[in-house]
Amino acid sequence: MTPKQRRRLAFAGAMVAAGGVLAAVVVYELKGNTEYFFSPSDVAAKNVEPGIPFRVGGLVEKASVHHGAGADIRFTVTDGAHALPVDFNGVLPALFREGQGVIATGALDTGGTFQATEVLAKHDEKYMPPEVVQALKRAGRWKEGEQ
Amino acid sequence: MIGELGQLALCFALALSLVMAGAGLAGARTEAALARNIAHGATMGMLVFVILAFGTLTYAFVTSDFSIADVANNSHTLKPLVYKITGVWANHEGSMLLWVLVLSLYAGAVAMLGRGGERLTSAALGIQGLLASAFILFILFTSNPFLRIDPAPFEGAGLNPLLQDPGLAMHPPMLYAGYVGLSASFSYAAAALIVGEEGWARAARPFMLLAWIALTCGIALGSWWAYYELGWGGFWFWDPVENASLMPWLVATALLHSALATEKSGAFRTWTLLLAIGGFSLSLIGTFLVRSGVLSSVHAFASDPTRGFFIMVLIVCAIGGALGLFAWRAPHLQGGASFNTASRETALLLNNVFLVASCASVFVGTLYPLALDALNGTKISVGPPYYAATFAPIFFALLLLVPFGPLLGWRRGDVKAAMRTLYPALGLAAVAALAVLAIASPRFLTGALAFAVAGWLLGASAIDMAKRKGARASAFAAALAHAGLAVTLMGVTATTLWRSEALDLVGPGDTMTVGPYTLRFDGVTQEQGPNYQAMRAHIALMDGARVSAMLTPEKRLYPAEGQETADTAIHTTGFRDLYLALGDERSAGHWTVRAYVSPLAPFIWLGALVMALGGALSLWGRLRLRVSAPAAAPQPAE
Repeated sequence: MTPKQRRRLAFAGAMVAAGGVLAAVVVYELKGNTEYFFSPSDVAAKNVEPGIPFRVGGLVEKASVHHGAGADIRFTVTDGAHALPVDFNGVLPALFREGQGVIATGALDTGGTFQATEVLAKHDEKYMPPEVVQALKRAGRWKEGEQ
Repeated sequence: MIGELGQLALCFALALSLVMAGAGLAGARTEAALARNIAHGATMGMLVFVILAFGTLTYAFVTSDFSIADVANNSHTLKPLVYKITGVWANHEGSMLLWVLVLSLYAGAVAMLGRGGERLTSAALGIQGLLASAFILFILFTSNPFLRIDPAPFEGAGLNPLLQDPGLAMHPPMLYAGYVGLSASFSYAAAALIVGEEGWARAARPFMLLAWIALTCGIALGSWWAYYELGWGGFWFWDPVENASLMPWLVATALLHSALATEKSGAFRTWTLLLAIGGFSLSLIGTFLVRSGVLSSVHAFASDPTRGFFIMVLIVCAIGGALGLFAWRAPHLQGGASFNTASRETALLLNNVFLVASCASVFVGTLYPLALDALNGTKISVGPPYYAATFAPIFFALLLLVPFGPLLGWRRGDVKAAMRTLYPALGLAAVAALAVLAIASPRFLTGALAFAVAGWLLGASAIDMAKRKGARASAFAAALAHAGLAVTLMGVTATTLWRSEALDLVGPGDTMTVGPYTLRFDGVTQEQGPNYQAMRAHIALMDGARVSAMLTPEKRLYPAEGQETADTAIHTTGFRDLYLALGDERSAGHWTVRAYVSPLAPFIWLGALVMALGGALSLWGRLRLRVSAPAAAPQPAE
């Protein structure tokens, strides 16, 4: 082997090793940092453990919004088949409305209430988050043209 | 009538782009001088017709011609003129037309500047022609902005108010100038593979630089817009659409560095070709992600899944074709020149390794949820902690090594001498770290480390500049761009680690505190904007009993679109931002208010601007060089 070839081999070896480490870190971190999206029916069916972060989406149930102390707010997210109570301490997005689509990030507490850290609403009148549309479709509550 | 004119112009542009593709590629043969002339003419012709088509659509928007569906769906007579104009590209159809316009402008620049040999330029025009024809076909068949509706409505549906904003008005053109600008490097690389020409890296360099500058500015503008418009106080969300613009930037940055080595010392010849292909491929993938509707994101304003298939086919053809060409032709090209382990080439090689690795980590994080959804319908999202654990350390390692590059010689360098030169920078790094540990609270080791790296970079840039004293302005380009990195790093670190946040429900006369500041809520008034009604909060920043500034965050209702937006108020000293967003009214006169104090937040975008200035200096030097001293004048290292 010429010195140039030896150097190239060493470089290729280092790259393979570094690539392996990178791949391992990526896989490990992907496992630890993904949040699943569940509909209220999924939450009911899967017995999600308290404290595991996930996202839930559906419609804000009519007449379910209640204000608590300070900026605290409670409401119920429904996909028509099941409902999930949500507690959120923060600023609601501008397009948060009863009867409209919403996605919340957070985790269940031991009492079965979803403690949201973030609430996203759809961005305009025409747009509905695709996850919410699918959740409603699976629960059989999606009417074509409703969008 | 005006719609038909636009449509006709687009059809002529399509015909000319096909001529351009055929004649351009035929012109790659030495004897085909006529084909080269035809390709040149067709390029300029296509540019004229694309400009005409774009102008027509702009005219329709400005005059609110609601017989055109695109205008009726996305505009409104009451919209201010500037947003009627920017509304042209704030929708899918118009933005694809903007895409083709930018592609044509770059093609025109390639033809006019004619850098590199005749055959190389001709083949590059041929590839640009292929790309242009594919995208014009895409527009005509799936996204025609000139379609009529009958009967025409009396009033338009309006434009998403989030998009009615000066920052976002300039964001798409900037981003496209970068995204699509990478097509020029792609075309030159493919042309180099076809004609076997080696000087392509030098020929394509101005276009690479321009694309990189525009991409840098475009990403910064988008991030700035998200910061002040979305009201969450964040500047980067690792949103798939943001990632779609970051990935081409990372590869374009790698390409700038690798192409420099290819040009100056002949190293990495094939690798540079591959990067040029990869950069534009990522732009295409980004377009697919944004335009096909597969993503649910804050950017999913208007998208249609049926278009995804067409773009998918287009991507597979473009990337597959280019890679096939690469596999077939690259082995016949001259291999890369050799260099010592201690040399600038090695530094650039490491730069490329880290940049490509960081891009790969973003790529996986962005596409993994899509792949999983396609495989078994599981919906997941990959959060910021993933990127903090993968992208951040890789980029951090890259920044540590940056100072060595410019100080090492080509082919053979002296690492020890470079280290000796860098001792003052090491000192600055230590001072920065200690200062952070002394001042900042809470103390974070990562914060001290990040500021040490920033000090290291700034010190090294200053040393590099001092060494080049008296040289042409363009010799300072790299030092300036690297200093910009340091500035952005400081902003990102400080904002992420030391931001204070407060969320309170306040009534008139109530005060709230955020960080060291006291705010007094003076109530909310109703205001009338040109096409919106605003609830404007009046909040006083108190200095003891004195009011030192009034801030007026708003909530706006746009009746035409039936939408509300939050308009933040930001009080900046340049070294910290006080950021207020008005929430919702919970009971009569009582509103939720969210407040942030973000130290060094303006540095994030200032740094990007400095980076772009560095790029601009280099570009200016290139263009001037060509005018004053053509061909092979020896240049000092950049």
